[in-house]
Amino acid sequence: MAMHPKRRNKLILILGLLLGVGVIVGLVLYALSQNINLFFSPTEMAQGKAPAHQRLRAGGMVREGSLVRASDSLTVQFVITDFAEDVKVEYTGILPDLFREGQGIVAQGKLNDEGVFLADEVLAKHDEKYMPPEVTQALSDAQAASLVPTLSKDQTTGVEPSNEALK
Amino acid sequence: MTQSIWRMPRWFHQMGSPKWFYDFGGSLQPWFAIAAFALLTWGMVWGLAFAPADYQQGNSFRIMYVHVPAALLSQSVFLGMAVAGAVGIIWKIKVAFMVARSCIAIGATFTAIALLTGAIWGKPTWGAYWVWDARLTSTLVLLFLYAGVMALNQAITDRQIAGKATAILAIVGTINIPIIKYSVEWWNTLHQSSSFTLTAKPSMPADMYLPLLLTVLGSYCVFVLVILIRTRAQILQTQSGANWLMQHRDITGA
Repeated sequence: MAMHPKRRNKLILILGLLLGVGVIVGLVLYALSQNINLFFSPTEMAQGKAPAHQRLRAGGMVREGSLVRASDSLTVQFVITDFAEDVKVEYTGILPDLFREGQGIVAQGKLNDEGVFLADEVLAKHDEKYMPPEVTQALSDAQAASLVPTLSKDQTTGVEPSNEALK
Repeated sequence: MTQSIWRMPRWFHQMGSPKWFYDFGGSLQPWFAIAAFALLTWGMVWGLAFAPADYQQGNSFRIMYVHVPAALLSQSVFLGMAVAGAVGIIWKIKVAFMVARSCIAIGATFTAIALLTGAIWGKPTWGAYWVWDARLTSTLVLLFLYAGVMALNQAITDRQIAGKATAILAIVGTINIPIIKYSVEWWNTLHQSSSFTLTAKPSMPADMYLPLLLTVLGSYCVFVLVILIRTRAQILQTQSGANWLMQHRDITGA
């Protein structure tokens, strides 16, 4: 019942084919990685990797307390951050329901000379965490009462200031 | 290299016999049908009606009880199709080619469901039905691969040649599976990373992930059930007139 040499050769040939194609595709994807990335992070923009006056996407977390709404229009200003660098974003229009401070977003638009990102589309980026509202409520209540001083603010919002949430 | 590494178990060769697959598959079929029905009903009712709503998304997160199983199966079915095809090529087993052929339509269906439910969820959550990020694009490529495999399989009349050609396309196409899986880690994407990994505990409470586990298991049962039904139907077509079949209780009614 040992495997026939002919069959073994076919198996090796198939695995070789798979490996070869895998290496080719891997190299192509590696070469194209900058085009595959959906957005530039604030750090990449600070390093000058994002060209000015060209349509591109910027992604990051909305910094707590940075949101400013104009009183007479739908224009909003906020700061997105990857906890290393910050980028100021300006946007006129309706924000998605899940937009809030501390939440990840991806904005499409252009970078001007002052380094402000003028967005014409803002998408909310959801993280991989799900929680019933009662749990969130209980967590923030506990934090308010300082019963659990070790709980960070991020746990109550379900948003982790890690690379995970920024991706 | 010792001989024992290359030895295949007895059941492997038995599954290659059309008669054996027809009978054994036939006896498994009702069990998978019952399991699929029970798991899907239980999981869907629990997930869609009783699981708690999400603190940010409200009720719209419930679409994951359809989306996640469909997305998972779309990749599993493709892998299954490639493995069956490879087995068919290496051991020259006709039944393996039939199994691979049975995977095409169900896999394409799961992929289409995953893309559709994802778009429906994306609009209220992200603010867009479709974004050309790595996860979404690679999943769309998967749908096109299924379409290509389907077209190739239908275009060739000779079942053996069609099986081989399809298998090679499926094997090469499996390169896309790790790309889909790791797209959310390798590149910046709008799509979130996995809520479930084998190493860490799920990032949602049991009331939310247990129904999801049930619908995932139920979907796998649906997949096996469809493979059994379609492969047995192909066996009937190709073996018509064969002695074992003409004397079979399913034919004679005895």
